[in-house]
Amino acid sequence: MTGPLIPMEMIPDAWNNVIAVLLGMAFGFVLEASGFSSSRKIMGTFFGYDFVVLRVFFTAAITSMSLIIYFDYMGWLDASMLYINPYYVTSAIIGGLVMGVGFALGGFCPGTSFCGIAIGKIDAMFFTAGLFLGIFIFSEMYPLIETMYNSKNLGGIKIYEMMGMGRNIFAFLLIVVAIAMFYIAGYVEKKVNKVEY
Amino acid sequence: MEKNRRDGSFYINPYLGGVLLGLVLFATYYITGRGLGASGAVKNTVVTTVDVIAPAHAEKSHYYSKFLNENSSPMNNWLVFEVLGVMAGAFLSGTLYGRLKLKNEHSPKIKPRTRLIAAVAGGLMFGIGSQLARGCTSGAALSGLAVLSASGMITMLGIFGSAYLFGWLFKKLWI
Repeated sequence: MTGPLIPMEMIPDAWNNVIAVLLGMAFGFVLEASGFSSSRKIMGTFFGYDFVVLRVFFTAAITSMSLIIYFDYMGWLDASMLYINPYYVTSAIIGGLVMGVGFALGGFCPGTSFCGIAIGKIDAMFFTAGLFLGIFIFSEMYPLIETMYNSKNLGGIKIYEMMGMGRNIFAFLLIVVAIAMFYIAGYVEKKVNKVEY
Repeated sequence: MEKNRRDGSFYINPYLGGVLLGLVLFATYYITGRGLGASGAVKNTVVTTVDVIAPAHAEKSHYYSKFLNENSSPMNNWLVFEVLGVMAGAFLSGTLYGRLKLKNEHSPKIKPRTRLIAAVAGGLMFGIGSQLARGCTSGAALSGLAVLSASGMITMLGIFGSAYLFGWLFKKLWI
């Protein structure tokens, strides 16, 4: 069956929300089992005492990327039908930087805070309350930032296109960089003092 | 071994976790044509809340109105169902490994109240940032990297780069 299945109408649209719950459950289970329900474990990546976030994040990224490229090559998936977030240069950069401040203060990102809530983390509950508040503030302030929000739209452009490279070369380099980071992370972890949490 | 696994201290190997998460993300793309997400579900909840309390205001707003249509509620959304699943899945894992416990986690150097104030402030910034970047760590950065989107890569570098920088500024909150 050539994917993506729902856009290709191989699975009726009515199944969409059932599939959402099931995939969400798998997502939440893996995040929690990896330790993403603990803010101090997550923050280990930024202080060098526990690189679990770096390891899980980049292993997941290169795994799914490789599978998408392989399935596309075999003709089992039409990768050109996959949704690509449009690249609005200014708001993507500012948004990323603002989220980083939120990460450093809050110790969670939205997905991990839901995992924290599910197992009873009080700090995760307060983080999510802040999340609601932040999105509300953004929406109310939208008229002030609308121009910036919609400026410099490059559309659904890929990184390798932007860098003038082939897809497979770029994918290979990303895997090499990820493995190098895993190696360095192991080295740093040994040097940094253990933190009990 | 079995005894140790249920005291809350056991986590799966991070590379195994990464491969499993990669498989879940790939399955999501293969089935639905889109990636995973999290902040979108909060956004749709905010939109719905404002639409129920002040419908005229929501319709007039250039932002809320993007996500409203007459035929269905913004709560009837893929990401809302996915996030409900996330909580159920995390609850299952927490039950299996013995981690269900009310706890406010923070560095011993700060008061519990300081941690909660920082958590609200952090969530607030993450909320604003995720709307600017049209997605958070899941929807923009991770799902974006899987399809090699430029926006995902830039957002990922922004999040991690800025968190490293500001992490040191707020070090006392954590270690």
